[in-house]
Amino acid sequence: MKIDKIVKNFKSIQKGELKPIKPLSVYGLDIIACKNLNKQFMGIKAIDNLTINIPQAQTTGLIGPNGSGKTTLMNILTGMLKPDSGEIRVRDKIRKRIKSHELRKYRIARTFQDGRLIEQLSVEDNLLLPVADNTIFGGLKEVKQDDYKARMEQVLEITSLTEHRHKKAEELSYGLRKLLEIGRLLMQDAEINFFDEPFTGLFPEIVEKVCDIIGGLQKQGKTIVIIEHNMGLIKRLSDHIIVLDHGTLLAEGRPDFVLKNKAVREAYLGV
Amino acid sequence: MEYIINLAILFCIYGMLALSLNMVIGMSGLVSLAQAAFYGIGAYATAIGMTSLGMGFFSSILLGILINAIISLVVGKILARFQYDYYAIVSAGLSVIVFSILLNWKDVTNGALGIYGIGKPAIGSYTFYSNATFLGLIFIFTVAVYLLYMWIDRSSFGRVLKGLREDEKLTQSMGYKTKHYKSIIFVLSATLSGVAGSFFASYIAFIDPSTFQLKEGIFLFTIIIVGGLSSALGSVVGALVLISLPEVLRFIGLPYETAAQLQQIIYGAMLVLMMVFKPQGLFGKYRM
Repeated sequence: MKIDKIVKNFKSIQKGELKPIKPLSVYGLDIIACKNLNKQFMGIKAIDNLTINIPQAQTTGLIGPNGSGKTTLMNILTGMLKPDSGEIRVRDKIRKRIKSHELRKYRIARTFQDGRLIEQLSVEDNLLLPVADNTIFGGLKEVKQDDYKARMEQVLEITSLTEHRHKKAEELSYGLRKLLEIGRLLMQDAEINFFDEPFTGLFPEIVEKVCDIIGGLQKQGKTIVIIEHNMGLIKRLSDHIIVLDHGTLLAEGRPDFVLKNKAVREAYLGV
Repeated sequence: MEYIINLAILFCIYGMLALSLNMVIGMSGLVSLAQAAFYGIGAYATAIGMTSLGMGFFSSILLGILINAIISLVVGKILARFQYDYYAIVSAGLSVIVFSILLNWKDVTNGALGIYGIGKPAIGSYTFYSNATFLGLIFIFTVAVYLLYMWIDRSSFGRVLKGLREDEKLTQSMGYKTKHYKSIIFVLSATLSGVAGSFFASYIAFIDPSTFQLKEGIFLFTIIIVGGLSSALGSVVGALVLISLPEVLRFIGLPYETAAQLQQIIYGAMLVLMMVFKPQGLFGKYRM
C-alpha cells in the first residue's frame, strides 16, 4: 500500500470517523491489530468476527458495557487466551495467536483487572521478576546487580512503594497492589502497554498518581490501551476510543466524536 | 561416638534429599512425590556399578546422575504439563513404577533380596572405610548441595521458579518458557537425590527396594513441611527433627514395635498440625 493512502487512512481515524477501519488498511501506522477474531465461551460469543487496529504511540480507550468482550480482547492480544479463529498482527508479524511467553519479544506488558501479583514474593521481587535474563544460564546471575536495580529504585519512587519494598505483595493494601502492578509494567519498559481497569476502586489521590504515570508513558511515545468505565478518565487520557458491544465493534474514533454517537450512548451510556 | 556419627551421616543423606525436594516443592511449587524413585535409582546405580560393573564409588555416582537425568528429563517433560495435586498424583505414579521395576527386574536388581557388599568411596589408594571419614566426605557434598540451593534461591532463575509456583501463566507473560524451568529444576533435583542415594547405598552396604517406596517420598515431604517450604535452613532442620525423632522414642524406653508404630503416628500428626497451624513450616518462606 502506498504511504499516502496509509496516511490518509490514519488521518481518517484521527478525525473520528465511526466507520470501522478495513482490516490491514493502516498497517503502516498501527502497531497491533486483529482481523476477523472470534472467541466463544461455552457457545456464547465473547468476540464476534472482530477487526480492530490499535494506533501506534497513541492512547486507546477500550470501552463497552459489561460482557462486551473488552477483557477477552485484551487477554487474546496479550496471549492469555487463545482465539478460536482470526488473525493477530503485532507490527509486521501476523499470527493465529500470541503465546504468553512471547510478550517480552513483542515488547508488550499489561496489568490485570483483578490485580495479579506473585503474592508471597516481596515488592522488590515482584518488580524484578519480569526483567530477569530469560535464558536459563543467564538467569543464574542475580538481576539486582545490574542496571535494573536503578530502574527499580525509580519505579519504587514513582509508585510510592519505596517504604514497602520488603513487604510481601499479599501484605499490601488494595491501592498499593494496583500501584505495584503498574510498577511491574513500568519495569518492563514495553512499547505496547495494556491497562485493564487501572482505576477501579482507587482513592482520588491514587487515581491522579496513576494518571500521572500514564501521562509519563504518553510523553515517551508509548502505545497505551486502557479498559475503563469512568468516561471522564477515558476522555481525559485517550486519543482514540474503541467501543465494543457483544464482541463486535460498535464504533471507534476520537473521544469527543465517539462519545456523542447515538449508538454508543444507547448501548453504553443508556441515554 | 559411633552412634552420633551414624546419626550425622543419616542426617546428611536426608538433608541432601530434603534440599533437593525443596527445590521442586518449595521453590517451584511442584508437589513431587517421585523423590524416593530417584533416590532409589541413585542407590541402585552405585550398588550395581560397584558390585557388578567394577566401578568406583565416584564413577557410580556419575552413572546414577546420568540415569536419573535421562529419566527425569523424560518424566519432567510429562510432569511439566501439570501443577499442584495433579503433579503429585502423576509423580507418585512414577515412584510406584520405579519401585515395581526395582522389585521385579531380578536379573539386574536382585529383586526383593537386594544387593549386598556395596563398597566404600575411595580416592586413589585412600578408602573412606571409617564412619568418621565417610561423614567428612558426605558433609562436604551436603554443604555443596546447600550452597547450590542458596545460589539458585537468590538468582533470577530462582525468582522465576517462585513466580511460576504461584501463577504460571502470569510468569509466562513476562517472557519465560516456564515448562523449561520446571523441567530443569526437576532434573537437578532428581540427580541430587540420586547422589544422596549413592551415599546411602555405600554407607549401608546393602540395599533392597523396600527403602525406596512411595512412603519414603511422603516421609521426605514431611521433612520439608516441618522444616519449612522454600527454605534451605528449613530443609536441614526438618531432616534433623525427623531423623532424631525415632532416637528420642528409643531413649524413652518404649518397646521397638510400639516405638515404630508411634513414630508413624507422630509423623502423620506433625504433617497435619503443620499444614493447619504453620503451613510454611518452621523456617519456611512459602505456604501452599
